[in-house]
Amino acid sequence: MIRFDYERPSDVASATQAAHVGAAPLPQVRFLAGGTNLIDLMKENVEQPTKVVDINRLPLGKIEASPDGGLRLGALVSNADTADNAEVNARYPLLASAILAGASPQLRNAATNGGNINQRTRCYYFYDTATPCNKREPGSGCGAMGGVNRIHAILGASTDCIATHPSDMCIALAALDAVVNVSGPDGERQIPFLDYHRLPGNEPWRDNHLKQGELVTSIDLPAGDFSGHYTYLKLRDRLSYAFALVSVAVALKVEGGKLADVRIALGGVAHKPWRVPAAEAMLNGQAASPELFHQAAARILDGAVGQGTNDFKIELARRAIARALAQAVAGTPQSHTDKRIA
Amino acid sequence: MGTARLRHDAATRFTHHQQESMDTVTSPPASASNPAQTIPVSLEINGQQHSLQVEPFVTLLDLLRERLQLTGAKKGCDHGQCGACTVIVDGKRMNSCLKLAVSLDGASVTTIEGIGTEAKLHPLQQAFIDHDAFQCGYCTPGQICSAKALLDEGRCKSRADVREWMSGNLCRCGAYNNITDAVMEVLESKPGAQS
Repeated sequence: MIRFDYERPSDVASATQAAHVGAAPLPQVRFLAGGTNLIDLMKENVEQPTKVVDINRLPLGKIEASPDGGLRLGALVSNADTADNAEVNARYPLLASAILAGASPQLRNAATNGGNINQRTRCYYFYDTATPCNKREPGSGCGAMGGVNRIHAILGASTDCIATHPSDMCIALAALDAVVNVSGPDGERQIPFLDYHRLPGNEPWRDNHLKQGELVTSIDLPAGDFSGHYTYLKLRDRLSYAFALVSVAVALKVEGGKLADVRIALGGVAHKPWRVPAAEAMLNGQAASPELFHQAAARILDGAVGQGTNDFKIELARRAIARALAQAVAGTPQSHTDKRIA
Repeated sequence: MGTARLRHDAATRFTHHQQESMDTVTSPPASASNPAQTIPVSLEINGQQHSLQVEPFVTLLDLLRERLQLTGAKKGCDHGQCGACTVIVDGKRMNSCLKLAVSLDGASVTTIEGIGTEAKLHPLQQAFIDHDAFQCGYCTPGQICSAKALLDEGRCKSRADVREWMSGNLCRCGAYNNITDAVMEVLESKPGAQS
């Protein structure tokens, strides 16, 4: 790990100020929260900040009611405490389920909500500084294309980058239409969750639309009850403590025997949580049926492209979407400990 | 090319300490001639108070092992992928390899050295022996710290629960069945045995 300056501010304004000289953001400053991703990347010399701003003393550690009747998750609340929170479990069990599907108890105790959404890809080539990677070293190329790409994208990739976003939590947040609250030198702003992360395009080093020096302060969950019909189905190479090959978050309502307000978000398949509103619209107002689920899955996977060793993910995703929709409609969400797929 | 990952500009590095109003801890800038910048850190470790000066880049694991000679917590992968470094920080189990010690100022840490003694083993330690829950033993301190936290969390009821909630601790010898047996025995024993 390279040497760096260290600061530990106690309020948000001081933290964002510490990431700037005047109005100019300092490109090599990193905010440190739980550290589970940043410290790892610093050990690999993928991240080489000149200054680390430790934000753990900032007052962002609460879960509280949001102004619109939803719930506001402080950026510094741990993933474990979020999944354990009574309000989250009662009103947003999809989020708790997705969080508990990720990482390990130790990591979830340290990792924070703000850190989770800002974590970097786990692409092997991004981590290995001996290989080319356009995300790590712009213009150097992509080792994953034509390489080992089992965990890589099948949707929304570019000729520069086929990395995936690794979060489970974010897939549930995408399905729940969460909103990210950020603070920077120009004040505060809100970013709808689906607009937070971005596709790689020809700037794969940009994971999201957070500006340099801006800080995530909280995540808002809008009011809306999906506690009756939801599931987070995660498929991976071992039964726990592994990143998703494909995951599906489904939240929906059943009104008069018909599907309503269907949300389907995919993880492990793209540079950002993947939702296709047109596919969700196909289901709204319809009676649930396996045929309909497969039609929606096909619509979601329209344009999916394999890269060689991840070709299987297209069929895996198609079946996972249909299965997750069936689980959600039946009100039998995927168990965290019983790995049999209901 | 190179628009995003601008390499550190040494000329600007020392000009940005301007947070006079901050109630903050700020380390002086590092340089080749001043490599030993340190931050005061106060930690309670296994009930004993330590006041230390620590470089910002030192992880809790390295502080425990290299500075305080508490070598129970092991450096397995050093990347949060194996759990051998698991300790309990303010009641929560964490990978000590991924925590900067300076960020834990004021915290209370329990390591395997703070769990049981040779004369009076913790029930988990006795159960690991009774169930042959290790071969090489390298992962065992992390397994026991993790299992102690698991018992304190009070969530696990079944064998499947224990397997899932111990999944952050790998055992390359493959003693998982016996580890699960050991944890289940303590879990199912009378409540007093868990403390």
